[in-house]
Amino acid sequence: MVEVSSTIHPDGQSVELLLNMGPQHPSTHGVFRMVLWIDGEKILGVEPHIGYLHRGSEKICEGEQYHQIITLFDRLDYVANFNNELVYCQAVEKLMGLTVPERAEYVRVILCELNRIASHLLYVGTIGLDAGAMTPTMFAFRGRERVQALFEAVSGARMMHNYFRIGGLKEDLPDNFEQMIRELLPLLAEDIEESDKIITFNEIFISRTKDVGVISAEEAIDYGLTGPCLRGCGYEYDVRKAEPYSVYDRFDFEVPVGLDGDCWDRHWVRVQEMYQSMHIIEQALEQMPEGPVTSSLGRRLIRPPAGEVYVRAENPRGEIGVYLVSQGTDKPYRLKVRPPSFCNLSALKRLLKDAWVADSVVILGSLDIVLGEVDR
Amino acid sequence: MFASIVLAVSLIEVGWILASLLSLFVVLSVVVLILTWLERKALGRLQRRLGPTRTGPMGLMQPIADALKLVIKEDILPSASDKAIFWVAPVIVVVSAFMIWVTIPASPGSPTSQGLVVKNLELGLFYITAFAVVGILGLVLAGWGSANKYGVLGGLRSAAQLISYEIPVILVVVAVAMLAQSLDLRVIVASQNPVLYVAVLPLGLVIFFIAGLAEVGRTPFDIYHAESEVVGGPFVEYSGAHWAVFFLAEYINTFAIATLASLLFLGGWLGPFLPGVVWLLIKVFALVLVVFWIRGTFPRLRIDQLMAFAWKVMVPLAFYTIVITAVYLFYDWPAWTLTLMSLAGLGVVGYLLYRRVSAPGKRVAVVKARQEQQSAQRRAANRSRGGLASVK
Repeated sequence: MVEVSSTIHPDGQSVELLLNMGPQHPSTHGVFRMVLWIDGEKILGVEPHIGYLHRGSEKICEGEQYHQIITLFDRLDYVANFNNELVYCQAVEKLMGLTVPERAEYVRVILCELNRIASHLLYVGTIGLDAGAMTPTMFAFRGRERVQALFEAVSGARMMHNYFRIGGLKEDLPDNFEQMIRELLPLLAEDIEESDKIITFNEIFISRTKDVGVISAEEAIDYGLTGPCLRGCGYEYDVRKAEPYSVYDRFDFEVPVGLDGDCWDRHWVRVQEMYQSMHIIEQALEQMPEGPVTSSLGRRLIRPPAGEVYVRAENPRGEIGVYLVSQGTDKPYRLKVRPPSFCNLSALKRLLKDAWVADSVVILGSLDIVLGEVDR
Repeated sequence: MFASIVLAVSLIEVGWILASLLSLFVVLSVVVLILTWLERKALGRLQRRLGPTRTGPMGLMQPIADALKLVIKEDILPSASDKAIFWVAPVIVVVSAFMIWVTIPASPGSPTSQGLVVKNLELGLFYITAFAVVGILGLVLAGWGSANKYGVLGGLRSAAQLISYEIPVILVVVAVAMLAQSLDLRVIVASQNPVLYVAVLPLGLVIFFIAGLAEVGRTPFDIYHAESEVVGGPFVEYSGAHWAVFFLAEYINTFAIATLASLLFLGGWLGPFLPGVVWLLIKVFALVLVVFWIRGTFPRLRIDQLMAFAWKVMVPLAFYTIVITAVYLFYDWPAWTLTLMSLAGLGVVGYLLYRRVSAPGKRVAVVKARQEQQSAQRRAANRSRGGLASVK
């Protein structure tokens, strides 16, 4: 009864089958589509299809004024909004030669690291679902919800914040922010620990992810993998350490690396990064000075000098790069984003070769893509 | 006249059986409703949620609301499907799940009445194991008939999985039958009167319970209807009442496995003070809660790991159970020797399995040691530069 879009193997035994996965599939993390060529439960080949969420963000940027573009960056990697805003603001600041007030830098770092935790918590939840466990999702999302409540108190929005400004922030933090975050941190630490404990060393989870989707550090670099996907291979590269931006050089934190470059190592790196982010936030809270958070620019229309700039930063998913060309007008001439999810996704074809059908969702989950960023 | 008496008697008997089948169906439906509610509540508590609260007190009306929704929903028939197979598959699944219950007793019975059972059979266990396999046919047909590749994958997975796990279940049941010298479930329960079989054959309960989980396709063996991979497997094209029928069968089967485990190993209705049925329900629901607990804790295995687990661990262990039971019976040793042999098998295999499965996790120690070394070096370098110290 199945329509035969398949061929009989030369030995006459097994039947190869073309299996379409997505764009409507519970585990393709949005509207990603892959066409699997399978023999029984083995994957022979895969053809990824992207573009179902293409909104032409880069082109839209060319028609918007510099301040308006911040909202577009919120919508690229929609689970790590502050990190995206930060890299764009830094690009324009670098172009204009602005220095950001000290306090604003610290607020940015705190919010970005909180957002990194929220993003990784989402990852822990989804990899749990991909592997078939539902409880980590509940634990992880509770923590993420707490972070988002804080974001809402700070910026007025749970996800699309539009809070960072070129040269600073929209406004100072609410008065009781210190108290809110002091209350949040122990609860968040508990949530992280709970969702870590229930899944990371679970025997079935280990057997599902260890030695699955293995990639060596050399190959990972060749494919352009960054972030946890690269560090999972044991290669220590983190833009916050390699080329410190903002005030990241003032904090003491580790860069967790994996050992084998498999799905479990990528998972482990992300979980450890959450603990490191907690550590950074605590230090930042201690060091945070008083002072202004908005730049002298105010809300004026800005016209950066003609020129071009490339800025990169460490997003939860890897290295994000922004290439900005200005011709001295109030709108950028060209804006190009190097999205980490897109580059990480390029290794999918290689990782899925000879994997099991059930592994395909775990491997895709361990790459932790966000389609808003892949398709832009 | 004699003939008419015989006819009248047999008519009464047929009527009696029909009535008891109907009441069995009602009881099982109520049990399924309770189980769905209990699963939602138990999972909710495990995940620090409340579970259903809005429908009735403590959400007790939630299963009824769900059932109503499912029945009212449009029943979609895919245009490419094989209609006859598509319609008949759920019936096969639910009928086989239901037929198992015909001979599961819930009370000891007496010479005058047969107690809480539709028809107690002397070959009850044989009948149950025979009918348990029929449901697989329904799953494969459902996957094939729905003309969906995910359905076909799920159906083939279910065939491979359920047939593999049928073997350890049957072997363990054979061991129990050897101990009780009977296939009659009542005799098996009665022969546990001084010592429960779980004390004599703990290995048997473990094998029966794990293989039973795989038989009914519950976590971590919910591979054939895995949502994240084959999006529901054989059920992917079913909706409305037909999907509800599969759902019903799954819960009836879960309840059957828990009941059989408590009858075979936990002494069924045996217990002090309380009435027998209450004891049976306590044991069954305790096992059902363990099933839900496992669902709240574990991810899902992969199909190759599942098959390897069946053929490399479960089947040899089940054979070992039979061998030690036979040795124990032949030489007429005291019962504790069987307990010891059973525990030894469980311990050795459990340890080997644990070592194998936890080995990758232990390698994290290597990573951590390397991390600490690196961070110590970095801190030393920072200190010599006076980098961090100046900030703090």
